[in-house]
Amino acid sequence: MLPRSQIVLLISLITAGIISASSSRIDDYILDVILGIGINIILAVSLNLINGFTGQFSLGHAGFMAVGAYAAGTLTTGPGKVWFDASGASPALLFPFVLFAGGLTAAVVGLAVGAPSLRLKGDYLAIVTLGFGEIIKVILQNIEWLGGSRGMVGIPSYTSFFWCFGAAAVTIYAAWALVNSTLGRGFLAVADDEIAAEAMGLNTTRYKIIAFVTGAFFAGIAGGLYAHLKGYISPAGFDFNKSIEIVVMVILGGMGRHVGVVIAVVLLTVLSEKLRDFGDKRMIVYSALLILLMLTRPQGLFTWKPARKAITG
Amino acid sequence: MNRSPFHPSTFGSLFAAVCLSLAGCKPADTGGTSKDAGSGTGSGANPGKIRVGEYASLTGSEAAFGQSSHKGTQLAFEEINKSGGVLGRQIEHLVEDTQSKQGESATISKKFISRDKIVALLGEVASGRSLEAAPTCQAAGIPMISPSSTNPKVTEMGDYIFRVCFTDPFQGRLLSEFARKTLKAQRVAILSDTASAYSVGLAKFFKDPFMAGGGQIVLEQKYSSKDKDFKAQLTAIKAVNPDAICVPGYYTEAGLIVAQARQLGILVPIFGGDGWEAPQLIEIAGGKALENTYYSTHYSSENSDPLVQAFVAAFKARFNGETPDAMAALGYDSAKVLIDAIKRAGSTEGPKLRDAIAATKDFPCITGRTTLDASRNASKAAVILTVKDNKFKYVETVSP
Repeated sequence: MLPRSQIVLLISLITAGIISASSSRIDDYILDVILGIGINIILAVSLNLINGFTGQFSLGHAGFMAVGAYAAGTLTTGPGKVWFDASGASPALLFPFVLFAGGLTAAVVGLAVGAPSLRLKGDYLAIVTLGFGEIIKVILQNIEWLGGSRGMVGIPSYTSFFWCFGAAAVTIYAAWALVNSTLGRGFLAVADDEIAAEAMGLNTTRYKIIAFVTGAFFAGIAGGLYAHLKGYISPAGFDFNKSIEIVVMVILGGMGRHVGVVIAVVLLTVLSEKLRDFGDKRMIVYSALLILLMLTRPQGLFTWKPARKAITG
Repeated sequence: MNRSPFHPSTFGSLFAAVCLSLAGCKPADTGGTSKDAGSGTGSGANPGKIRVGEYASLTGSEAAFGQSSHKGTQLAFEEINKSGGVLGRQIEHLVEDTQSKQGESATISKKFISRDKIVALLGEVASGRSLEAAPTCQAAGIPMISPSSTNPKVTEMGDYIFRVCFTDPFQGRLLSEFARKTLKAQRVAILSDTASAYSVGLAKFFKDPFMAGGGQIVLEQKYSSKDKDFKAQLTAIKAVNPDAICVPGYYTEAGLIVAQARQLGILVPIFGGDGWEAPQLIEIAGGKALENTYYSTHYSSENSDPLVQAFVAAFKARFNGETPDAMAALGYDSAKVLIDAIKRAGSTEGPKLRDAIAATKDFPCITGRTTLDASRNASKAAVILTVKDNKFKYVETVSP
């Protein structure tokens, strides 16, 4: 008998498959918004692993998303297309491998950025990751065969309901399983008190790197899904503002909580669509609502219990 | 063993939310479909309003362009509705803001097409966002007309995608002609923006014909959007002593570049493309520094053509005395070309409307007589402007 968590994961995947089979009956706009929610869930849950559970402050999540988006796009649209076509397999079957490759590339980049910078603490890490996001953007702008600043055009729309929510379910499962494992205790210990954790003999840098690289991996997957949903990516779209958007979702959902973050993502995405009626005043209303929410529920929207701690009294 | 209540409820809420949104949205949508079927196809006995969508950067970094273009489009539709509409039906002008942000255009175009049942889409100013919405329109068979996306790639997206402005290759060729013939420049330095596709493209499209014509590019320097200090690049340019400097960027940086060049004592002509077109250019650089600078653009409000003057007067009356710039004129033209095509097609069905737009020939636009060529680009004249006494002055018109 499988553990309960894995049964839930299996049921989720089957449900996603069933809904996906009839997704052609959903109108394009609604489907776009729903898939957008799925992608944001992956982004927010993976960032929550770094910012929430491990207590670090990363502002470079959009950078990892960009790496994943461009890596996946290169395989299906860019120079990798030759190989993609030659394999002869159906694109729908190859797509998960493309996503995985995107995630892996982002994870490798995450390791390269994380290994030196995660020795830093607090605000310094925020600045390093912020700088990293900008560097990725500028590098992509200057690579001609990736489209440069014009962006990558004509990416096929392979992102289906199943792959999107399948990936979201796997992300939530992975994050949950990780946090509830021995490694997760390490994350929580680092978040609670880094010095104390170190004094207890924990290699804090190692835990931080594991959380960071895992987060980057899933951000890369989200990037691949995004590229194959919108059909067009440009470096300017993965800027600092995009990172902030994800951070807002995590903070609003309550740092270090899975359910809260997922609900916050759904709420914020739906809210931002519903506010379209306000026209160019939309973002003013949206920001005002954010301020209001933060003032009334600074601990996160859906928080009834105290955040998890390594040591519970 | 499984102590956490988080996990199952996470999936529960996730799928509950998805199912709710599906359940909540689908009936409303089908209702909308049946209700709009008559007006959507245009063949029904009950002619409702013709719905036209417009997506524009009303907020965000390109808001100055987006707002201008939107006002032009709005004016055109208001005029046509006042004069009784087209095919005996009024036009319903739906507008969405892209916030100058990636990802919005794709969502908006899907919303317009699947929910609002528009017959045609107008937009965007920025090529990047036009490239994002174009595949949706192409797949749905809904014609899209971009008022001012000059990147060549935009109309290559498919046979339903049009534009009413000239393209960057045309503009680059024209600038190279202008530099050689009017400015008599042989040795030119280029200062372009690596962060902007527009700037990189235009620099290349200027360079190739200019060098083919015997000109020499003595130095190429780069900057990045939002930079404030260009003295390092300008000092390097000053050292090679060019006959003229080409700055194919946007007004925000071009204004600063011109001002700083003059401070460094670089007095040679500086010229650029339609990215310079904004009243803010004079505010940023100061009128004095802008003497002996030139830029190519789509139209001049000083043009004595009665059509242009009528447009300028109507625009001023509608928007508190504001003088329409090129973006406003192009926004107006994109709507006018569409209305003309609907008239000629006698229908709002996608394929018929597409053919009618493609057949646009010698249509009197504010920005000159417009013919759409086989690759769905507008072929029309461009004007060169300069600044004298704090005002934009017309220099010459260059025909393709």
